Amino acid sequence: MTLIIPLGKIKQQDMARVGGKALALAMMAQYSLNVPEALCVTTEAYHAYVTMSGLRERILLELNRKQFEDMRWEELWDTSLRIRNMFLTTPLPASLALELEQSIAPVFARKAAVVRSSAPGEDSARTSFAGLHESYVNIKGIESIIEHIRLVWASLWSDAALLYRKELGLNVEKSMMAVVIQEIIAGEESGVAFGKNPLNESEAVIEAIYGLNQGLVDGSVEPDRWIIDRATGEILSHTPAQRARALVACSAGVRFEPLPSARAETPPLTDDKINTVFSLVIEAESLFDAPQDVEWTFRGNRIHALQSRPITARKTEKAEDQRSWYLSLRRSFDNLKALRSKIENELLPAMILEAARLADRNLSQLADHELICEITERSEIHNKWIDSYWSDFIPFAHGMRLFGQIYNDVVRPADPYEFMDILGSDTMVSIERNRMLQDMASIIQRDEYLAAALRSGSEIEHAVFNKMLDEFAEKYADVVTGTAQAGKQKHALMRILMEMASHPAAEKQTHPAGRAERMDAFIKRFPEEQRARAQELIDLARASYRMRDDDNLYLGKIEQQLNRALDEARRRLIACKLPDIELLTVEELCAVLENPKYVPAQKSAQQKIAGEFTIKPRQLVGQPAGAGIGRGKARVITRSSELFDFKSGEILVCDAVDPAMTFVVPLSSGIVERRGGMLIHGAIIAREYGIACVTGVPDATALIHTGDQLTVDGYLGIVTVGKHAL
Amino acid sequence: MDIETKLKRELKKLFKKQRLAVLATQKNGQPYSSLVAFAVTEDLKHLIFATSRATRKYDNFSSDSRVALLIDNRSNKASDFHRAMAVTAVGAAIEVDEDRRQELIHLYLAKNPHLKDFVQSPTCALVRVSVKTYYVVRTFQNVMELYVTS
Repeated sequence: MTLIIPLGKIKQQDMARVGGKALALAMMAQYSLNVPEALCVTTEAYHAYVTMSGLRERILLELNRKQFEDMRWEELWDTSLRIRNMFLTTPLPASLALELEQSIAPVFARKAAVVRSSAPGEDSARTSFAGLHESYVNIKGIESIIEHIRLVWASLWSDAALLYRKELGLNVEKSMMAVVIQEIIAGEESGVAFGKNPLNESEAVIEAIYGLNQGLVDGSVEPDRWIIDRATGEILSHTPAQRARALVACSAGVRFEPLPSARAETPPLTDDKINTVFSLVIEAESLFDAPQDVEWTFRGNRIHALQSRPITARKTEKAEDQRSWYLSLRRSFDNLKALRSKIENELLPAMILEAARLADRNLSQLADHELICEITERSEIHNKWIDSYWSDFIPFAHGMRLFGQIYNDVVRPADPYEFMDILGSDTMVSIERNRMLQDMASIIQRDEYLAAALRSGSEIEHAVFNKMLDEFAEKYADVVTGTAQAGKQKHALMRILMEMASHPAAEKQTHPAGRAERMDAFIKRFPEEQRARAQELIDLARASYRMRDDDNLYLGKIEQQLNRALDEARRRLIACKLPDIELLTVEELCAVLENPKYVPAQKSAQQKIAGEFTIKPRQLVGQPAGAGIGRGKARVITRSSELFDFKSGEILVCDAVDPAMTFVVPLSSGIVERRGGMLIHGAIIAREYGIACVTGVPDATALIHTGDQLTVDGYLGIVTVGKHAL
Repeated sequence: MDIETKLKRELKKLFKKQRLAVLATQKNGQPYSSLVAFAVTEDLKHLIFATSRATRKYDNFSSDSRVALLIDNRSNKASDFHRAMAVTAVGAAIEVDEDRRQELIHLYLAKNPHLKDFVQSPTCALVRVSVKTYYVVRTFQNVMELYVTS
């Protein structure tokens, strides 16, 4: 078994065990191009690790909880996080660690390194999926280098890699990862050169920044860009960047440094250096017999080639293939900070204003044709905010993920979701709303007369209660969307309040113990000078956590204003006696309003075909999203009006918990959701209340029926239907 | 395709591919299991197997017709935990009478042609299990129940 091969000894036939990146570096070194000193940890080391530690079978089980086709991107991210944590918490077997140490120490005992992935197939000419796996810059000490080898191995199963599993041919039994340990070159200028411009074959492209190349590769530093004539080497154009900062190596890892003004005003490369880069990329092209994409850095006047791979235009994705959009969600800390400011300072205030402006209009006074215009306008406004939800709010949710990953890296908890305990918040809108409901329920509980009045439906003369009710209605009218008339709304709300008053509801979990300690422990893992940034990261992640919940509520307020106009239209059409008026689309409603003779297409409720078999679920597997065991009768919610039938102790079964539903969560003894993920609304709320929750159960609302006896195992992610479970 | 159709299709595929089932019978509270070559009727309502009348299993189901059959596609590898499918059929076993014997022998031999001499021996009983319920386990812990209602 060969665990490590020095760059100088790698041969062409080693490709399968060293990967494309290591092979390319070896060929350049052997061709006398200037490359940093490096060792390659072969795939055999990966193989030995996952075999000896039993990880291979654990990865298999984790990846096969569900069919990939049934998994959402959020679930892929969760799966990947869990696998990554397995790598983090599974040490190398002692014999293997010793062998690696003995080979790495002679070169890197006192030299900082870059630890890079080199997966066979990753950079081949046929497929180019650069960036799916991890690289770590400025890693010092044998122990730390070996730790990061494990992290690079784990990235074989990154969410991005899982997303492109088919193209990569990812296969648990066969896929393996080699790792390059490369001496770090703390260059002053770095960049990427493309031997052939994918958009114009007669040109080459050079991009350059000050500082380490990582800044360019991960998109955090904007590069200057030059277009070169491939035939003559002449510079055809230069697009300067807004030069503001550089990524530099620090005592551990890397950090940003502002550029002094003299540098900020000067392009990172002189014409001479541009020529040197161009020569390098052309030399690499002749060596590999194909145009190359080369990463390089200058220290002084000497250029170092950091890696080279063939240029492959990524196959143009079909319009419905949204994977590259998903990958774009992986954002840097700075990018997320900017996004937070946009959301908090621009988008949310604009949403609130818009909802208030629409709420002010008196719809009942509009003529029919004016109401049609109003509905159309509101529908457009609603769509505009849905777009913004996808382009700004959803990407911001990545703040939690970024924090989760860093938390797991430094703390190594047994539970990969421990980080969520630090993020919990008392200021979430839906938690606050539930608190108000609970307060009103408590008053009913204490006041027999009030309870009797509510039961009989007579006039309520309780001033405090009435005031709270008005306040609630004003603040959270969206709770009762879906019921058209105000009277009905009030009645439904009373029913829930009575239900809450007659049973003790789950209390919002406070995080008194543990939380502060956990936060402290996390921050103390960082060296003094990095603690402020760690604190900043927590703040960002908390905002992201809060927003994951609140954004839906703000969007709900806009939707409520659309619904108000639609309700007005339905009210006017009662006389038409249309069947299923609730089911009409916005367009159909407008059409009937304009022309009462218009006949909308028949809506048929799904018919159950009588057969000779009946099918029943017994055990359904999803994702464990909230620890605990919950038992009770199922309440399947397919439309929001059904929420008001919710009884204390029932289990909420739905397609996706939306914020208008969360007021029944404290009453429930468990949550089952078709939509999967750990960081989705339902899972977050369940965790806040300490209620068992399983998400990502395929066909949950079709297979489970209201009244079914359920056991929700929030530890294993299993829902059992029928009695005698557990 | 609806869930039921999909599930039935998977069952048919499994039953076609697997030759042997584990048959569970009991007598006086003592469970007993044995391997049998089986076939299934097109409508999935009946499982057919053959046995000599001198066997313990014959004796057992003759005094208590309640039986279970386990049919699975495991391969004795770690991947079984996510890849294997196991179906337990619960129902009542009864020896097929002369009227239906030819029809069912035809079905049985179509899948198990090598058992021709065995089945045609006068000492061999052809047994029909009327399935009440299929319990289907996939990907380690996913369990569905399919009831035969008529």
